[in-house]
Amino acid sequence: MYDIIIQHPLYSALLALAGLSVIFGGILGYAAIKFKVEGDPIVQQIDKLLPQTQCGQCGYPGCKPYAQAIADGDTINKCPPGGQTTINAIADLLDVDAPSLDSEHGEESDTRTIAYIREDECIGCTKCIQACPVDAILGAAKLMHTVIVSECTGCDLCVDPCPVDCIDMLPVRKGLSDWKWGLPPSVREQLTPSKLSDIIASDTNGANTP
Amino acid sequence: MRKIWNLIGGVHPPENKHQSVKDSVGSLPLPEKLIIPLNQHIGAPSKAIVAIGDKVLKGQVLANPKGVLSAGVHAPTSGLVSDIGDHPIPHPSGMSAHCITLIPDGEDQWIAHEGLSNYRDHVPEKLLEIIRLSGVAGLGGAGFPTAVKLNPQKPISTLILNGTECEPYITSDDMLMREHPEDIVQGIEILSYILGDPKEVVIGVEDNKPEAYAALKSYLKNTTIELATFETRYPSGGEKQLIQILTGTEVPAKGLPSDIGIACLNVGTAYAVYRAIVFGEPLISRITTVTGKACTINRNYEILIGTPISHLLKHNAFNKKNCSRLIVGGPMMGFALENLDIPVIKTTNCILAPSEEEFPSPQPAQACIRCGMCAEACPASLLPQQLLWYAQSKNYEKLEVQNLADCIECGACSYVCPSNIPLVQYYRASKGEMKKQAEEKVSADRARQRFEFQKNRKEKEIFAKKVQRDVRLKAAAQANKTSGTEGIIQAALDRAEAKKSSPEDQHSRSTRRIARFEDQLRSAQEKLESLKEGVTSDQHEQAKAAVEDAKIRLAEAISSHGLSMPISNPSETPDSASEAITRAQAKVTIQAGLSDEEKLCNTIVSLTARLEKATTRLEIAKTEGSEHIDAFTVAADKLKEKLATAEADLSKIRT
Ligand code: SF4
Ligand code: SF4
Ligand code: SF4
Ligand code: SF4
Repeated sequence: MYDIIIQHPLYSALLALAGLSVIFGGILGYAAIKFKVEGDPIVQQIDKLLPQTQCGQCGYPGCKPYAQAIADGDTINKCPPGGQTTINAIADLLDVDAPSLDSEHGEESDTRTIAYIREDECIGCTKCIQACPVDAILGAAKLMHTVIVSECTGCDLCVDPCPVDCIDMLPVRKGLSDWKWGLPPSVREQLTPSKLSDIIASDTNGANTP
Repeated sequence: MRKIWNLIGGVHPPENKHQSVKDSVGSLPLPEKLIIPLNQHIGAPSKAIVAIGDKVLKGQVLANPKGVLSAGVHAPTSGLVSDIGDHPIPHPSGMSAHCITLIPDGEDQWIAHEGLSNYRDHVPEKLLEIIRLSGVAGLGGAGFPTAVKLNPQKPISTLILNGTECEPYITSDDMLMREHPEDIVQGIEILSYILGDPKEVVIGVEDNKPEAYAALKSYLKNTTIELATFETRYPSGGEKQLIQILTGTEVPAKGLPSDIGIACLNVGTAYAVYRAIVFGEPLISRITTVTGKACTINRNYEILIGTPISHLLKHNAFNKKNCSRLIVGGPMMGFALENLDIPVIKTTNCILAPSEEEFPSPQPAQACIRCGMCAEACPASLLPQQLLWYAQSKNYEKLEVQNLADCIECGACSYVCPSNIPLVQYYRASKGEMKKQAEEKVSADRARQRFEFQKNRKEKEIFAKKVQRDVRLKAAAQANKTSGTEGIIQAALDRAEAKKSSPEDQHSRSTRRIARFEDQLRSAQEKLESLKEGVTSDQHEQAKAAVEDAKIRLAEAISSHGLSMPISNPSETPDSASEAITRAQAKVTIQAGLSDEEKLCNTIVSLTARLEKATTRLEIAKTEGSEHIDAFTVAADKLKEKLATAEADLSKIRT
């Protein structure tokens, strides 16, 4: 073995290099598969901030494509359902200034709506099912269709295709379960006496009590 | 004597308990009506099983628990169900919820009921089911369904009974312990049996209730139950705080007491469990304190669930003018209410009607001076002033990091703050917002998943179709080589070709076809004309048939022509979703930047177009005798209506 190396120094060096490159190539190839980063992480981070309404008002066929577009340099103020909150969050993430919502794409509304099919008027044409981006409509050909309320994002895309116009977008009923405490009035507002009554017992400075 | 640990933080607000313990627990005459909310506990509202007009007996089930985390409700007295519907309930929002209204008939007649003579003869599961169906929920304040609490995932080594009642003014548990010590002790034994007889059973009582302590003590002689007493300091009655005081261990953040082998229940709950198991009585009444200087009488009452608070106040000489605000619960954690018509529910431990001098209107808040008193008072070892900054700037991530979730909303920080800052209000608001955001995130994640799934499915469908076509083509080519059935194969290839050729090609081809068929039709018609007179009916029929045939082919060509119209964006897969999206986009783009009038004009135009479409559809349906004629008629009518309103709006704007 040693003799052969001494006799053919060039060949053995080449052989050794070739061997090394095969080994390291193998390791790198394995690592590339094993530790593959799925997708573009920044796109996913942006996508997480978007409201996932999938309404297409931003000009892209869904929230993920818009996230991709933002990552590629599109403006961040095109999502009306997300509104200013979403814009601020994305601006925070990308460390850019937060513009206000581009009204070309629609206006932010505070009332969330969801689709409601007037079931006795539905003719079962399945048009709405095909239009719904999140499979939130249940039904079969020639049978009544209905919206799965918990899955509907309120994107509005099923309303137009319905030939008998039996889909309404109704505001979500606000109930006890989504009630929450509001922030207390600011110092300035507190000087207006009408606001005082909103403060609960526990906020009285108890030291004044006898 | 048990070792007692010290409460972290805490405050000493004036107790004001003496007023309401002078008299024994009283009772009130039946009110005119009882309003019984279906959701008096944490969890899903129960499901009503009675109907309006039903006569019910005392203790009869009005609603059954729905799901595991729920509790039923029962008729507090016999009478008539007069209404099932929304009614304001005791809730800080002042909102309404589903309630059953019961008009008492004055007989107060019990439904047949029976307790277990010896509960140790039955398995714990059986007792749990009885407790569940009896509607027992934590009487201390939160209203957690007791049957769920008694069925923990981990074995329990310590059972703690909370007789602390640390909040000022409230004395309902105190009076219960004074008057029913024996029943409470029996209830504790039942609880202990259900939990598999834990090693330790401890009752915790603050040292400002010597009478209650003595009363309980005398019934504990022959038991292993310990009675511990400790310094009065608010909020030692908080679940986590009491556990810390009695065992020195801390419940992990975001964890449950059962995670460290502890169960903690209120003494009132033990009493309710005793009544349910030994007498078969559901939870239909509770002891509630009525106090405050705006009421001349301060006292505890055994009150039927559902009694309107106005009824309670009427019998306590309530002076509305003298009352600064009416509070449900205690002065630290309670909430003010506006409506006197709301009922007492399972968790209502106190109605507080303080006078203006007792509870003056709060001073306006001032800036935080960083004195640190709030941090000293906080029993959860939080940094309230830090939380305040983050709550004001809505920095929810930081609030999460600072463990806002551990705040028990005790109000100790607000109480000591020299700047009168309503700190708890900020925390409650932030907690609500964080909860909402978490929920929205869950539903957004679901929407994302469903969207991606649909996309995948559609891609797969397209791919499958392509594979199928390829297979067919290949088979056709194969057949072409081997056999001579050229005609069929040529047709198949043609079809494939037609699919592959560009939309423009298809379009021009079908235009040509239409022209050809039109020619054919014309010549057929001419032939028919020329044949009109003097021919045999046979020939006439033939010519007629030719005309019909040509007509059908023309119609077919036209309809397929419609399909092959070049679409605006041929590179995109023309699935309906993206089409709809494109339409929506176009609409939105145009809509923005239009005045109201222009918008209305556009609406009218589009409505007119839709109406036209609907009318044609209706016509077609009529000629075909389709089964949907009615639906189409309704649709057209509705569109007409919409159009009319839009036009009316427009004329309104214009004038
Ligand atoms: S049901 Fe209609 S509004 Fe709801 S997500 Fe589906 S398409 Fe959008
Ligand atoms: S589009 Fe309208 S008619 Fe057709 S299935 Fe949907 S709801 Fe029914
Ligand atoms: S309300 Fe929250 S922050 Fe304030 S003292 Fe109580 S636990 Fe601490
Ligand atoms: S007690 Fe009030 S003033 Fe003092 S640090 Fe806390 S919030 Fe600031």
